[in-house]
Amino acid sequence: MPTPILMPALSPTMEEGTLAKWLVKPGDQIEAGQTLAEIETDKATMEVEAVDEGTIAKLLIPEGTEQVQVNAPIALLLVEGEDESALEGYEIDSATPADSAPAKGESTTQTVAPAAPTASSQMMDDPEIPPGMNMVETHLRDALRDAMAEEMRRDEAVFVMGEEVAQYQGAYKVTRGLLEEFGDRRVIDTPITEYGFAGIGTGAAFAGLRPVVEFMTWNFAMQAIDHIINSAAKTRYMSGGQMACPIVFRGPNGAASRVGAQHSQDYASWYAHVPGLTVIAPYSVADAKGLLKAAIRSPNPVVFLEHELLYGDVGEVPEGQDFVLPIGKAKTVRSGEDVTIASYSRGVQFALSAADILAEQDISAEVVDLRTLRPLDVETVVQSVKKTNRLVTVEEGWQHMGVGAELGWQVTQHGFDYLDAPPLRVTQEDVPLPYAANLEAMSLPNADKVVAAVKRVLYLD
Amino acid sequence: MADDGSAGAKSNLTASGEELLNYYQDMLLIRRFEERAGQLYGMGHIGGFCHLYIGQEAVVVGMEAIKREGDQVITGYRDHGHMLACGMDPKGVMAELTGRRDGYSKGKGGSMHMFSAEEKFYGGHGIVGAQVPLGAGLALANKYRGDSHVSFTYFGDGASNQGQIFEAMNMAKLWKLPVVFVIENNQYAMGTAVQRAHAETHLYRRGASFGIPGFEVDGMDVVAVREAGREAAERARSGEGPTVLEMKTYRYRGHSMSDPAKYRTRDEVDQVKEQSDPIEKCKQRILEGGHADEAQLKAIDKKVKAVVKEAADFSLASPEPDPSELYTDVLAD
Ligand SMILES: Cc1ncc(C[n+]2csc(CCOP(=O)(O)OP(=O)(O)O)c2C)c(N)n1
Ligand SMILES: [Mg+2]
Repeated sequence: MPTPILMPALSPTMEEGTLAKWLVKPGDQIEAGQTLAEIETDKATMEVEAVDEGTIAKLLIPEGTEQVQVNAPIALLLVEGEDESALEGYEIDSATPADSAPAKGESTTQTVAPAAPTASSQMMDDPEIPPGMNMVETHLRDALRDAMAEEMRRDEAVFVMGEEVAQYQGAYKVTRGLLEEFGDRRVIDTPITEYGFAGIGTGAAFAGLRPVVEFMTWNFAMQAIDHIINSAAKTRYMSGGQMACPIVFRGPNGAASRVGAQHSQDYASWYAHVPGLTVIAPYSVADAKGLLKAAIRSPNPVVFLEHELLYGDVGEVPEGQDFVLPIGKAKTVRSGEDVTIASYSRGVQFALSAADILAEQDISAEVVDLRTLRPLDVETVVQSVKKTNRLVTVEEGWQHMGVGAELGWQVTQHGFDYLDAPPLRVTQEDVPLPYAANLEAMSLPNADKVVAAVKRVLYLD
Repeated sequence: MADDGSAGAKSNLTASGEELLNYYQDMLLIRRFEERAGQLYGMGHIGGFCHLYIGQEAVVVGMEAIKREGDQVITGYRDHGHMLACGMDPKGVMAELTGRRDGYSKGKGGSMHMFSAEEKFYGGHGIVGAQVPLGAGLALANKYRGDSHVSFTYFGDGASNQGQIFEAMNMAKLWKLPVVFVIENNQYAMGTAVQRAHAETHLYRRGASFGIPGFEVDGMDVVAVREAGREAAERARSGEGPTVLEMKTYRYRGHSMSDPAKYRTRDEVDQVKEQSDPIEKCKQRILEGGHADEAQLKAIDKKVKAVVKEAADFSLASPEPDPSELYTDVLAD
């Protein structure tokens, strides 16, 4: 039996890719470790290297083929002792993996992203988007890029810096194309020195520039948290109002997929604790753009929390340069009667999916996307609870002293008489995030956990 | 102190046949293991980030040759090679990569976070540069106890810019801590070539302002690594404090599995593979010295392949961690 060579995955979320180029042909003698082919996705290129030595018998997928499924056989290898006759009668069903390996995303233990919520018909119109606005379908990562590019065109003082933001086009491709348009004076690659460049950015902001500092992920900003809090957040106050610090610190926050404890943390409550900071954590594509533009124009230091698992989302964004959203306003993204689910960032996805599931069971959930965590739009949440009388909060961070703790307290303070049940929190379990697929899935919030919490506040369980 | 970096390690760059055969086998084990890990990743059995050590094998294998019982090792996230060189079981390492209960961290750590108290391997750290003060801390414990152990603290060229590296180096020299700072200069930090991120590209000079001797070493030559390591370890054990070793090496693969590969040319990679491969170089030494013939080397290849296959099979057969493990090990009981 010839050995099939399979289409590899470049990342845990990759499902298909382009077979860009073959570097071997049938009949070639190959050694372990030899490069066989190049594959590509929109994010990356990878070389496929041989694991076994042998002779290439057949290329099953021609180069240039797009949308090749991960784990599909792409070539056949004859190993020592085999010849062409081994190919006889060998049938390939390219739809099924030739190996018992689970296809990406199909494993029972894989963390499967919930299906995108389908209730767009029930989604409420955004009151900040003027009616009749032309809408453009945009990837979230590009919406962020557009926000930066538009603000850079508008204001010469705006510049971007961080690790791999320029030549590499961003570790998550959020700064794609900026170097080309603005040059290396305004799109600056830094060494891996978060504490240093966060401080340099803050100093430049003191001097009147408007830096957008990208952290490759917020996990690495812990190296720099002293400047974010002690230097950026406090200087206006300590200077009696003389000094300004118009800076944006941005990057992906929260858990990605299987990247382990040191790379998977939600810092929302950490930064939202600090006076002097503005903290924004958008979910939708339009919000990502409108709020990043607002953040860049803000005279205050802004912590802008994105989410790696939302970068690929596609959504409608109002056309043109003038779409800027107000900071500090929550948005009711789905209206309902029985329960209020409040969340931010990726948690809104869980909330909306849960609302879909609940609707099938005749439970009507209202979903509030907080969007900004400092200042926190308590009013919108309290108004919603006055209608539904119940609150469930959702966050990827830990429960203890978290965003849900604050919301629960605020609602108790301002809407106590309206509550029919104690508010409940859906959060990450109180442990560092584990790597193992089953434990990671257990640890993180998801739609099912939100559904269960809603049933508890409704005393249905 | 040698500021040109070439002094020191006045090496007799020779090694016995037995030594060379051991190095060959150890380096090959790392390479075959990593190739298999790459394959398992591609099949979806390994998730998250997975940083392969292919191309850099001579560094850990050469350093391991001068390590003594009780010496410690600490490194970043590109750690599979260090663990195998330390003598950790390939089965347990691979099972951690697949996130299973027989992995070194019971599946809770993953590729970047593995440890072995028994082998004095202190991880496996995901925050670039964080392992460096930790490594100096291991050395502080050695000095405090008055034993003669040395901490081998590995980090990358990119990591060598982090501020905490300089803080750690200053204290290590001030307090004469028994630590060897091993900079694995594989020329790139993700997509950033050394000259784009370092105002001073001779990384062996990183400790110069603290008076720490530094040397540039051919990190593709296992014997050169061993000799430089020997001197540095002796310096540490005799109470003279730290040394910086800049290992000039190269990573063949992408930074992690997902890598745009646009920051260097294929020619550049191929040239290193063809002209400087550490395993090939060791093999030539063995053949030229008449220490073994092709058939004997093939037998080693076979043996290594079998070990790696066993590790891979084990790592897929091992069950996922028990759900109750989610809540254990957060605090001591
Ligand atoms: C503090 C911090 N910043 C950024 C990162 C993201 N990151 C991971 S590895 C890496 C490059 C490190 O390069 P180098 O030190 O040369 O080591 P190599 O990967 O070449 O072994 C970066 C930027 C991180 N893990 N930690
Ligand atoms: Mg490097």
